[in-house]
Amino acid sequence: MKIRRYGVSFAALAVASALVLTGCSGGGASTPATNANTTAIITTNGSEPQNPLIPTNTNETGGGKITDNIFAGLVYYDEKGAPVNDMADSIETTDSTTFTIKIKPNEKFTNGEAVTADSFINAWQYGALLSNKQLNSYFFADIEGYSEDADSPLTGLTKVDDLTFTVKLKAPAADFPLRLGYTAFMPLPSVALTDVAAFGENPIGNGPYKLASTGAWQHNVQIDLVVNPDYTGGRKPQNGGLTIKFYASADAQYADLQSNAVDVIDQIPDSAYSTYQSDLGDRAVNQPAAVFQSFTIPGRLPHFSGEEGQLRRQAISEAIDRDTITKVIFEGTRTAASDFTSPVIDGWSDSIEGSDVLKYNADDAKKLWAQADAISPWSGTFQIAYNADGGHQGWVDAVANNLKNNLGIDASGAPSPTFAQVRTAITDRTIQTAFRTGWQADYPGLFNFLGPIYATGAGSNDGDYSNPDFDALLAKGSSETDASAANKDFQDAQSILFKDLPAIPLWYSNVTGGYGTSVSNVHFGWNSVPLYYEITKG
Amino acid sequence: MAGYILRRLLQAIPVFIGTTFLIYFMVFALPGDPIIALFGDKTPNPAIVAQLRAQYHLDQPFIVQYLIYMGGIFRGDFGISFSGQPVTEILARTFPVTLRLAVIALLIETIAGILVGMIAGLRKGKIFDGTTLAVSLILISLPVFVIAFVAQFVFGVQLGWARTTVGTGAPTQDLILPAFVLASISFAQIVRLTRSSVIETSGLDFVRTAYSKGLGRRRIVPVHILRNSLIPVVTYLATDFGVLLVGATVTEGIFNVPGVGNTLYQAIIRGEGPTVVSFVTVMVLIYLLVNLAVDLLYGLLDPRIRYVK
Amino acid sequence: MSNDFTETPVAGSAASARSRGHFVAPLEETPLVAIDAVKVAEKRSNLWIDAWRDARRRPIFWISGALIFLVLLVAVFPGLFTSVAPNNDCQLSLSNGAATAGHPLGFTKQGCDVYSRIINGTSTSLTVGIIVILLTTVLGVVFGAFAGFYGGWLDSFLSRIGDIFFSIPYILAAVVIMSVLSEYRSVWTISLAIGIFAWPSTARVLRAEILSVKQSDYVMASEALGVSKLRILFRHVLPNSIAPVIAITTISLAAAIVAEATLSFLGVGLGSDIMSWGNEINQAQRDIRTHPQTLIYPSIALSVTVFAFILMGEVIREALDPKARALR
Repeated sequence: MKIRRYGVSFAALAVASALVLTGCSGGGASTPATNANTTAIITTNGSEPQNPLIPTNTNETGGGKITDNIFAGLVYYDEKGAPVNDMADSIETTDSTTFTIKIKPNEKFTNGEAVTADSFINAWQYGALLSNKQLNSYFFADIEGYSEDADSPLTGLTKVDDLTFTVKLKAPAADFPLRLGYTAFMPLPSVALTDVAAFGENPIGNGPYKLASTGAWQHNVQIDLVVNPDYTGGRKPQNGGLTIKFYASADAQYADLQSNAVDVIDQIPDSAYSTYQSDLGDRAVNQPAAVFQSFTIPGRLPHFSGEEGQLRRQAISEAIDRDTITKVIFEGTRTAASDFTSPVIDGWSDSIEGSDVLKYNADDAKKLWAQADAISPWSGTFQIAYNADGGHQGWVDAVANNLKNNLGIDASGAPSPTFAQVRTAITDRTIQTAFRTGWQADYPGLFNFLGPIYATGAGSNDGDYSNPDFDALLAKGSSETDASAANKDFQDAQSILFKDLPAIPLWYSNVTGGYGTSVSNVHFGWNSVPLYYEITKG
Repeated sequence: MAGYILRRLLQAIPVFIGTTFLIYFMVFALPGDPIIALFGDKTPNPAIVAQLRAQYHLDQPFIVQYLIYMGGIFRGDFGISFSGQPVTEILARTFPVTLRLAVIALLIETIAGILVGMIAGLRKGKIFDGTTLAVSLILISLPVFVIAFVAQFVFGVQLGWARTTVGTGAPTQDLILPAFVLASISFAQIVRLTRSSVIETSGLDFVRTAYSKGLGRRRIVPVHILRNSLIPVVTYLATDFGVLLVGATVTEGIFNVPGVGNTLYQAIIRGEGPTVVSFVTVMVLIYLLVNLAVDLLYGLLDPRIRYVK
Repeated sequence: MSNDFTETPVAGSAASARSRGHFVAPLEETPLVAIDAVKVAEKRSNLWIDAWRDARRRPIFWISGALIFLVLLVAVFPGLFTSVAPNNDCQLSLSNGAATAGHPLGFTKQGCDVYSRIINGTSTSLTVGIIVILLTTVLGVVFGAFAGFYGGWLDSFLSRIGDIFFSIPYILAAVVIMSVLSEYRSVWTISLAIGIFAWPSTARVLRAEILSVKQSDYVMASEALGVSKLRILFRHVLPNSIAPVIAITTISLAAAIVAEATLSFLGVGLGSDIMSWGNEINQAQRDIRTHPQTLIYPSIALSVTVFAFILMGEVIREALDPKARALR
């Protein structure tokens, strides 16, 4: 998951955007317009990267948008989220535990260095080593040798020859090849590891674009990228380059789009939700994306464990009118949830057993709440904690009003001024209320929405949920070699979640974006970011 | 005179220490672990958190952190932000932009505010006075973000008179619209202040003397009335300059000005002690100089005021 | 000059009153004490009584007074003005709805009654405004008056403390105070956040005015008469320097109420369970292009309140200023 964050409160953290554009142009790969100008520079929105541009240390959208365009990993994701070999010639496995990876010959970084097995092995070793303090280190956690307590090399990485290496995992993970398109798995040239700080300022990559020059990253202003002529992969740019302007607020970038000062933006400010579709016409984008929103009720809260807890959770879920909130508060820029994942992910289903609990049913909610009261009477206020700098107040208030009106209890939002404050309270387990949770997928797979959040002891299991049946189904799905069989297991696992409701699913964030009159062939990828290489201008 | 200035400059030292200490303490007192927030909604590996905390000295007690920071300052090292950039570089990049924005805004509010306030004061109770009050009321009743949004939409998007956001390199003409928005915040204050001061001065003996000497209004108004009314206005403008230097967060955000307000706000929210303190420190030094200049200016506006006894 | 002024020698005009009655008589033939004593005993007077006598004759005083009384009444007894619950029974189906019977100003985005929320938000906004101006005025006057009047090292000391406080960006103060005290979010904490670092501006303006006023002849006259320093400050210098403070304070009331909206915008304001005009304005801001009315109504409430306070400030300033009184 990449963090999205703007300077001045306007925008959401971990709430994002993206997929497929509306209206016009359908269908897959790039079909460049006949009169397109292949030297034209596309301008787009971004935000100042919060870390040096090292792929293993880039975990927010500001930096991710840049690294994804200047680096090319083993695979990239196409518009629908399917992996396509980029640097990889082949990725093979027989047991979902050991993977043999062959790299295409004659690929090179923009400094002329060849892309070899070492480019990957050394980059991953660097990213995984504890003392390198990389924000994305946990992506390597499944590889043999990884330790989160002490410096330990990834013994699972073995070089076979210059263009071949093997990866051995601790446990089977059928979706491992799918993960390899994520930023953390990019290769690095050897020069990167001799002076990481300097490299992070002027990174040398192997992707479709490269920095226009040394110092092309003008902090807080913009970064200029030009086409990398040496790139041979499937993301061949149809334009001359990319200028990513850093915006402090979504409002500013929207104003710029309206005055044609920027070509493509991938987030609409909430102040324009009600007007942007009429402002932009068919240049407006609004499609579901791989972002799942919920609020988590930790099991340790009084009244929320055991049978009473199940009743209360179901009552709360049924008391929320998701359709109206997404329509009124979000002006249709959210899609009411029907599972725990996202509709853009292969294997998503809106008819998983038990998903009725997401349907608005005030009468039933009242009944369930009364049954719970019979076990132990409710007292106090139901609160949802959120960071006030993320634009969450509107929906939290609306949900609280739903609960007040339909359950007859007192409910309210509990804003914290800073993200750090609420996040620390969640991490320390000191938080005494329900809290907002959001998940933007790292890679397009069902498991990524379930394993890291609800598996017993998982890294982001903030509600300390634990259910052995659920864990067993996850493990079963991970070891399946057949993708549809794996998806079936993950759907079954969700049926368990619907009973226990460790988190109350709310909605999927849509990608909201738009583009100017001078560009065409604008498509948004599964991860809410436009496929810049396809865009043509002029 | 020189002695007075020297004494004032020496007083900057305790102010400097007091300010840095207070601000560092405030950032320290912010609840929440800034390192944990770096990982977003994901729960980080505790070992990495511990190492990052050590890297930024966040594992030390407050006073040690403060002394490490102050020690760095005396070696010219203002620390490093979470994004890995030296704070001095961030300062050098953002301060000039904000300084220009602040100066333009200050010019606008000074000229417009004093002019309007003076006319309103001289024509107390007339239509102009009433209109001014009405306009002031509207401006003061709307928060700055509303004014900024409306200005951006009307002048930037609809009329196209100005760029909607500030372009690369923050050219001065792009700063004019945000400067007007900023100026509108203090406009009402300056108008009311000038107006009340002008009314008061107009009743003073020396003004009546001037009239009875047969001097014309053209001379009396600027020389006798305005000059003697300016002291509170100038003082207020000086304090407002300080506010403009750090407090333009909202306006800078809406117009995407790559300046101090935004950077500082982010640093505050993210709990980056060194960045916050360094910014505020520079701003305090400027503010002290401005105040000194204003104190010296009093002597010019009102010759009776003397510091050197 | 008005009768009031000539008949009642305020302390500062003792010399002129005497010269009017006895301008030919040698001093030793007319014992000063006796005459002054008679006059004072005849009609008790001081600055504040004069001000009150002046103000009560002016219609603006009564108009603004009535408005302020009304706002205070709304703040203290919102139940007298609306029986609609402001925070319960908000239905999204009514979102941004137009006025209907019983809901004269329509509905907010959340489907709550706009009129009721404005009425119920009055006490919060007014309290924030008043606490902030009390805080800034009291601290500002104390620091500014002593610094300006006594000068020297006391001036340096007080002014530099002001500089330190002033240099704290108010957003930092707000974030710190609102997050450290996040358990106790209330009008008090937000007022503290807005006011605690705003007073140096008032102090500096007052100090500047006092630097100028303390050079006046009547101050020297009082000094010559042996009046104590402190008494000169409070009886003569302060009342004559207070005009700019009043001008700032009345506008500051509005600025404080609006600042609460800006802090909400930045995410460090009061939660939406505490109603206030600022909060309403902030929440309505997103729909400014499609449904401006939800933003305009609370702004009007704010404007009217500030208007009343500005008029009242004007009356007080003129009442306290003998010269302005004389001009009328």
